[in-house]
Amino acid sequence: MELLRFTTAGSVDDGKSTLIGRLLYDSKSIFEDQMEAVKQSSERKGLQHIDLSLLTDGLRSEREQGITIDVAYRYFATPKRKFIIADTPGHIQYTRNMVTGASTANLALVLIDARKGVVEQTCRHSFIASLLKIPHIIVCINKMDLVDYSEEVFNNVVEQYKAFAAKIDVNDIRFVPISALEGDNVVNDSVNMPWYKGESLLHTLETIHIASDENHADARFPVQTVIRPHAAEYHDYRGYAGRIAGGIFKPGDKITVLPSGLTSAIKSIDTFSGPVEEAFAPMSVSITLEDDIDVSRGDMIVKDESEPFVSQDLEVMLCWMGPRGPRPGAKYHLKNTTREVMAIIKEVYYKLDINTMEKLENAGDIKMNEMARVRLRTTQPLVFDEYRKNRITGSLILVDEATNETVAAGTLAPPAL
Amino acid sequence: MHKYYLTHLQELESEAIYVIREVVAQFDRPAILFSGGKDSIVVTHLAQKAFWPAKIPMPLIHIDTGHNFPETMEFRDQLVERLGVQLIVGSVQEAINKGRAVEESGINASRNELQIVSLLDTIEHHKIDAAIGGARRDEEKARSKERFFSHRDEFGQWDPKNQRPELWNIFNGRKRMGEHFRVFPISNWTEMDIWNYILQENIAIPSLYFAHNRNAVYRDGTWLPASEFLSLRDGEFVENKLMRFRTLGDITITGGIESDADTLEKIVAEVSATRSTERGNRSDDKRSDTSMEDRKKQGYF
Repeated sequence: MELLRFTTAGSVDDGKSTLIGRLLYDSKSIFEDQMEAVKQSSERKGLQHIDLSLLTDGLRSEREQGITIDVAYRYFATPKRKFIIADTPGHIQYTRNMVTGASTANLALVLIDARKGVVEQTCRHSFIASLLKIPHIIVCINKMDLVDYSEEVFNNVVEQYKAFAAKIDVNDIRFVPISALEGDNVVNDSVNMPWYKGESLLHTLETIHIASDENHADARFPVQTVIRPHAAEYHDYRGYAGRIAGGIFKPGDKITVLPSGLTSAIKSIDTFSGPVEEAFAPMSVSITLEDDIDVSRGDMIVKDESEPFVSQDLEVMLCWMGPRGPRPGAKYHLKNTTREVMAIIKEVYYKLDINTMEKLENAGDIKMNEMARVRLRTTQPLVFDEYRKNRITGSLILVDEATNETVAAGTLAPPAL
Repeated sequence: MHKYYLTHLQELESEAIYVIREVVAQFDRPAILFSGGKDSIVVTHLAQKAFWPAKIPMPLIHIDTGHNFPETMEFRDQLVERLGVQLIVGSVQEAINKGRAVEESGINASRNELQIVSLLDTIEHHKIDAAIGGARRDEEKARSKERFFSHRDEFGQWDPKNQRPELWNIFNGRKRMGEHFRVFPISNWTEMDIWNYILQENIAIPSLYFAHNRNAVYRDGTWLPASEFLSLRDGEFVENKLMRFRTLGDITITGGIESDADTLEKIVAEVSATRSTERGNRSDDKRSDTSMEDRKKQGYF
């Protein structure tokens, strides 16, 4: 069974919680005592219906305010796949949470109210999904029960979305007409929309091809830590522990360690269950080398046929997450894979209006939830790929030196010439 | 099927190993919180995998409420012996004797909340800067909101409104002196994943998880094990039941279920057919709608 991670997006009343509730409920992932607790809470609040959002809004302050503040993770499984849902809040002031949920997703579920069509929020979320290179988008056109299950309404919304999507960079976009409330095309095919020849949402989630979303071409192994057992049996053992971030490694492969540039060959790839003949992303393994060379945490082992960039000048799209904007001339801890260096923002090229996708030059300071294209300069060289080629080696965070908070998320572009 | 793909259990295992290695790489004095329950046993197994052929490079911490199942203690001592790791015990009884903690009174009194004092004392005394735990996001709604790397202030408190965003697989373990982190490598696992993994890896677990005959009292819809700490209320009586436990905690708050599942295969089948949550039999969670969140804010694990 494979694992699919997806994130949900859509306006406040598009029925996101209802859809998640429906997926959990129809796949029998809600337990009776959970359902009973939600039923009782709904009754105490004087609600007419069972409020499924109470299943997902777990924090006291969320329940008080009736809104989702932070990302919540939900789990369900069918006999075919296991799913992790990052349920992210829809409000614009929570762009950073949307980015958090989207950073690990294979797929984004975008909800549209059939009566309203494509709205600002739809575009904003789809744009963020494309910036973060989520490989697949499923657009769920919801509340079809409120438009008499009309094929024409569905086709109109699809056309609207396609017109907008021409401006974003996502290869795989699919459309499903649903009613989350009534359950049409969510888990079961709808009898109300015989004109729809496609698959139900769950069927698509279960069968969409995701194995090739990983980059299996460019071999990347960021070293986490060095394993040195102090035992007689393994006296000379020196294993480089890490999680493969791309490509395929085999014993015998010639490798280079970056940024030092030292070379060697792979002696063995070890796991607790024994050595393996090949290892690929996202496996956690230990690699031993033929030669005793200097390798430590933060280094990256790569194969000679494809080398990443090594540079101190970085072109980055930043999503600012800190409560205050960057202080002038401030230094930040920059973390990219297992490597940590100091960085300074040298130049802000433009801010991005995530509603219109316009570039705003001379737009002033960067504030929380804003996106900006910047140039960073680091004290030590970084070893990285373009984000569109590898989401692990192409991503970074900035940590405030004074508060230790994670203040920005960044995606890397190729270095400027 | 594509040649290069991992099953969901392999992917979850790989993610957890990565997180455990990040802890050892980023912190000076990490430790594993070990309760003797299945989740902390799986975490310990994963830690063994993460550093093989070296030993687990950190101690296990057990917070001993003094109200233990004898089977759990025996299991703990054997495991520590087998792995060759250090065991640190934080004693709730000691905290009470010293006057650091006050025993609860009244009906439903338990030592569950008192664990917070001993846990924080132990973390402080041993200068632990990262405590790895077996909490899962599917267990409880407050836990579904928690990060892999959960920052705690110098009082050990969790602030759900001020969590660091966690992006891709980059974990920010920076902290000030006196602060520490709780880290949850199996955040993305569900109860079913744990059981399937225990079956797949053939991991040893305490006998309490398998159906056996035991003296117990029926209270609040669950079978509470008879012990010296349980006093009978009017109308209650001790019965001998064929039962097992879905979760293990303090003997005073862990309810059992009637079951004849005496093998791992039967347990997997039973859990996959069940319609109630595993913590449904834990009286500590039933105190209020947000009891887990409230305890976590104080420093509960």
